[in-house]
Amino acid sequence: MARVRTGVRAMGAVLAAVLGASLMGCSSTGGKRAEERAAKAAAEGGSAVNTPRWTFAMVTHSGDGDTFWDIVQKGAKMAADKDNINFLYSHDDEGQQQAQLVQAAIDKKVDGLIVTLAKPDAMKDVVAKATRAGIPVITVNSGSAESKKYGALTHIGQDESIAGEAVGEELNARGRKKALCILHEQGNVGHEQRCAGAKKTFDGQLQNLYVEGTNMPDVQASIEAKLQSDKNIDAVVTLGAPFADAAVKAKKTAGSKAEIDTFDLNPKVAASLQSKTLGFAVDQQPYLQGYEAVDLLWLYRFNRNVLGGGRPVLTGPQIVTSEDAAQLAEYADRGTR
Amino acid sequence: MTAASGSSSPAGTDERLLRTSPLRKLLGRPELGSVVGALAVFLFFAVVADSFLRATSFGTVMYAASTIGIMAAPVALLMIGGEFDLSAGVMVTSSALVSSMFSYQMTANVWVGVFVSLLVTLAIGAFNGFMLTRTRLPSFIITLGTFLMLTGLNLGFTKLISGSVSTKTIGNMEGFPSARKLFASYWTVGGVELKVTLLWWAGLVAVATWILLRTRFGNWIFAVGGGADAARAVGVPVIRTKIGLYLGVAFAAWVSGQHLLFSYDVVQSGEGVGNELIYIIAAVIGGCLITGGYGSAIGSAVGAFIFGMTSKGIVYAEWNPDWFKFFLGAMLLLATLLNAWVRKRAEATK
Repeated sequence: MARVRTGVRAMGAVLAAVLGASLMGCSSTGGKRAEERAAKAAAEGGSAVNTPRWTFAMVTHSGDGDTFWDIVQKGAKMAADKDNINFLYSHDDEGQQQAQLVQAAIDKKVDGLIVTLAKPDAMKDVVAKATRAGIPVITVNSGSAESKKYGALTHIGQDESIAGEAVGEELNARGRKKALCILHEQGNVGHEQRCAGAKKTFDGQLQNLYVEGTNMPDVQASIEAKLQSDKNIDAVVTLGAPFADAAVKAKKTAGSKAEIDTFDLNPKVAASLQSKTLGFAVDQQPYLQGYEAVDLLWLYRFNRNVLGGGRPVLTGPQIVTSEDAAQLAEYADRGTR
Repeated sequence: MTAASGSSSPAGTDERLLRTSPLRKLLGRPELGSVVGALAVFLFFAVVADSFLRATSFGTVMYAASTIGIMAAPVALLMIGGEFDLSAGVMVTSSALVSSMFSYQMTANVWVGVFVSLLVTLAIGAFNGFMLTRTRLPSFIITLGTFLMLTGLNLGFTKLISGSVSTKTIGNMEGFPSARKLFASYWTVGGVELKVTLLWWAGLVAVATWILLRTRFGNWIFAVGGGADAARAVGVPVIRTKIGLYLGVAFAAWVSGQHLLFSYDVVQSGEGVGNELIYIIAAVIGGCLITGGYGSAIGSAVGAFIFGMTSKGIVYAEWNPDWFKFFLGAMLLLATLLNAWVRKRAEATK
């Protein structure tokens, strides 16, 4: 019995130590963070304006570790540094969770809110709540149709239908007959609109293919299987830059002759455009979406300026082909295109 | 079979006549570790995030906790019964989709859809339980199959019927306002928004606790989780118990699904994937053993509360959300360690 007790006590002591250490670990993290924040604030002496330090929050529907949203964030942060803004970012790909994150930002009483309306119905109430609380809201990226209705100042992004139509026309110009549209986020209305837009203007046949965007090998395998089963497909359109690469690999293994085209740009896409592995890319300029959103919120706070005249401010589509790619590659490399 | 003695000792039979000190009794509670953890997380965020302690923030955190907690309670019961349900996350979406699409396509009163959805969801739960007890395969495999099938069915049927990946709005249909009242209303108390999910959550946890500690079915759950063959040998209806547990999960999935539908009028077919693990995490943080036979429903509520505090606390603390999953994983490990230690202590002092 005594031995059991000592054993238990020793174990208790160890666990208590572990617990204590972990708690101390947590508070030291906080300390370091505070230190970093102070250092950052000191480094940020170079903001271009002397308005008060407002806090803007951005809540997107991005999944974890998405390159596109990295570029958006880069633009937003650069504008925030310039405008003396404390910029907060959070994201969740489920509508309900995203709405809760927006609610959390409202609780924090931020001075401005930037949201995406990829799942508009889930965001409706919470956006209304923000405007009622006197927080100016700007929508970016997705939701151009709902933005005004929900009470946002303006929408910054690409009209997905127009972008899709541009793709259809470009495919026609390139003489394509049978195309595949790869959707990597199930439930994203904007993605549906892109493929629908392309279908509308494309003279040939266009099919949709759903893939699991968070699982790259699966994306590749799905496209591969489709290309193998239908040899007549002569164009594959992916809706995000990372997926173009997977499509290129799939094309190789499937021995298909299809041309791969994509939405969005990244360093690899720029390089592939130069080497003509890719046909064309439709850029919606994510950097602009982040940068302009923060800047326009600042303008509204500072001067009650609103851009767009009640219509969405379009950042795309911009069709990028091998001719333009050389210049853009450099910017893509530094992560702003 | 002895009647439930009312003692909190889960395995308690022969020791029940012994007098134990209140402290030891407390140490024997499965949820103790999680309560300590919840306090630590609360204090932590209270210190690092200044907007965390605001009343409005509390409403947000409680809402986040309740949406997880509604599912975590029956999932905890299921885990005490020694099984998993990986289909729980998408089942919520399925339930919402069935309800919405049935009402819309049949142009029926929304309540009809809600009722049909209850039947369908319970059928899915029964399918899980039936397949499990019939094939005797691990529940991990069976419900993984259901999970994938439901994910496909959700998208396939929604596209087939609605022509897009989300359902059409049923917000203007008959019965919607009253159904919304039941599943997705809220009150504002002193500026704090309290959602009706809190009541559902409290109700489900109370019922689950009562079943677990005060009924014969509760004893059966502990028995089948501790050792199905031994339980069968002493006359516990193992098959009925397990199917009953899966029905419980299905019922909660129905409640969550209807909440999802009536909060937003429209359901996205691709959602819910990954949530099943969150429910399991909440139950484990709350003191459920992965191997079954031990745990509590209140613990799952505490687990859900920890989860709600963490997921929103990171926002209030203005941290980079990239680290969220790491934080969650670390907490899960700590909570299980703490539980293991508390349990060993409780057993050693008996």
